[in-house]
Amino acid sequence: MATIIVQRPKLAWHERWFISTLAKGLKITLGHALKTFREITGGKAKVTMEYPEEKWDSNLPSYYRGAPALVTDEHDRERCVSCQLCEFICPPKAIKIIPSEIPSDDPWAKVEKRPKEFDIDMIRCIYCGMCEEVCPEQAIFLRKDYAITGESRAEMVHDKKKLYEIGGKRVGLVNKWNELK
Amino acid sequence: MAAHLASFDLAFLITSVVKIVFLTFLVILPLVAYSVYAERRFSAIIQDRVGPNRTGIPLTLFGFKKDIQIFGIGGLVQPLADGLKFLLKEDFTPKSVNTFYYWLAPALTMVPALMTCAVLPFGSELDLSFLNPLITSLGGDGFTAPIKSVIADLNVGPLFVFAIASLGVYGIVLAGWSSNSKYPFLGSIRSSAQMISYELSLGLSIVPVLMVFGELNLSKMAAFQDANGWLLLPLWGEGLTVARWVLWVPMLISFCIFTVAMFAETNRLPFDLAECETELVAGYHTEYSSMKFALFFMGEYAAMIIGSGIAVTLFLGGWSIPFAPLIGLDYVAGATPFWLGLLHIGTFFAKVIVFILFFILIRWSLPRFRFDQLMKLGWLYMFELALANVFLTAVLMIICYPVK
Repeated sequence: MATIIVQRPKLAWHERWFISTLAKGLKITLGHALKTFREITGGKAKVTMEYPEEKWDSNLPSYYRGAPALVTDEHDRERCVSCQLCEFICPPKAIKIIPSEIPSDDPWAKVEKRPKEFDIDMIRCIYCGMCEEVCPEQAIFLRKDYAITGESRAEMVHDKKKLYEIGGKRVGLVNKWNELK
Repeated sequence: MAAHLASFDLAFLITSVVKIVFLTFLVILPLVAYSVYAERRFSAIIQDRVGPNRTGIPLTLFGFKKDIQIFGIGGLVQPLADGLKFLLKEDFTPKSVNTFYYWLAPALTMVPALMTCAVLPFGSELDLSFLNPLITSLGGDGFTAPIKSVIADLNVGPLFVFAIASLGVYGIVLAGWSSNSKYPFLGSIRSSAQMISYELSLGLSIVPVLMVFGELNLSKMAAFQDANGWLLLPLWGEGLTVARWVLWVPMLISFCIFTVAMFAETNRLPFDLAECETELVAGYHTEYSSMKFALFFMGEYAAMIIGSGIAVTLFLGGWSIPFAPLIGLDYVAGATPFWLGLLHIGTFFAKVIVFILFFILIRWSLPRFRFDQLMKLGWLYMFELALANVFLTAVLMIICYPVK
């Protein structure tokens, strides 16, 4: 192992006695204080985002992983076929799916299944995005919602209605089940 | 019994009580609360943040549209909210503490800090004789002389302050010991070791000052500086002589040593070894919660305010207005108009506030000293420097003021 000889800076006597260094330090802190004070009193604090009034929304990167949500396709079909892969892969076990069959007189009867219940417990969710990765139907996506709050545990469980509300319609994806194409 | 009662000077008693209530409850304690707020705001702007700016009077709770923000600056009610929070928090006492000393310690930190303000001259004097017609109509005697703006005009001012202020460390040591936990204990041990390293240079640093003034009465010192120029700004009165400018050098050294020792005495950064969270969780108050913790906090800030007051009185002219004799605002004993008395009080607190802001600025500019560095600085440099300074002042005084 090579020996590294650290070169300590050679300090002048006034630096060792904290005279010039103290003045330098005070200059830096006072400079920052005056600069920020002027920005605040001028009504434009450039450094901090004042959260509830200003939000991140327009600055979020495209790959941001917010709340998971279910999407419908351009014919308003639920893309989810309740294969339960996401429920199986979910590391914190946040997803719970109760599948149901699609009646034979339904236009989408060929799909066979859709979720009857689809709950994501947002207290458990760790926003890992593995549900999105594993979904064979491109039905679940992590959207950009991040301010998810509630006053009770029950309120923090997103049910199927809420998940479709967040997800909305998503067009331009692969449409395996679309007979109209 | 009646003769005994008559020997009490009732006017003195009443004015003393009024002064105590005014200084302690109307000035020092609000100043403590607001210096905590100032610390938060000032440190925020140093770090390019905004700081607590939201607490207004919460009218939205009662159905109004907006909270009231005082003076348009958000957050000025923050100290009230903090105080309320301290009162409402759970007061948790760990099972293994020595209960008596555990409860005594916060009071022992707070009380000495507040007691020292008794000798602090916070103004020249207040001429209240315009109240005399009212008092005589009520059957009293009225004021014969102006009231001095100091609670106790002791002739041992600085000695009293040092004697009482150093008791504050007992609170810290007792808190650390009675908590029965190792981190508070280490913090308190470090605090006491720090105290003995700095108390000596603190005492020695003001000896040259006392030699120049030739007395120990703080209000007379302030009056002297009002007429003859501040100790560190001898630009008028007798200060124009060569002797005062020669003595300016040892006075500056004294001021530097005094200020550094005051930082150590009040446990402020860069000497806050008693409470460094990177090494000691929180320091001596780790096991304390709610109002008992707040008392430690208030004790530290009260000590800071009193320390600033002493430094201002000794070196920066106390309540005196700069260039007072040149602009005709000087103090004449017994004949100061009422408005000038008020102006002196205002000047004193303005200086104290500037000094507190300096305390806060230093806190964010300097890193914390390591323990051995602190002891080395205290024992090897500052003590020697203070001692040499005493001799330097003596020699300079013999040269400048030859004995006739």
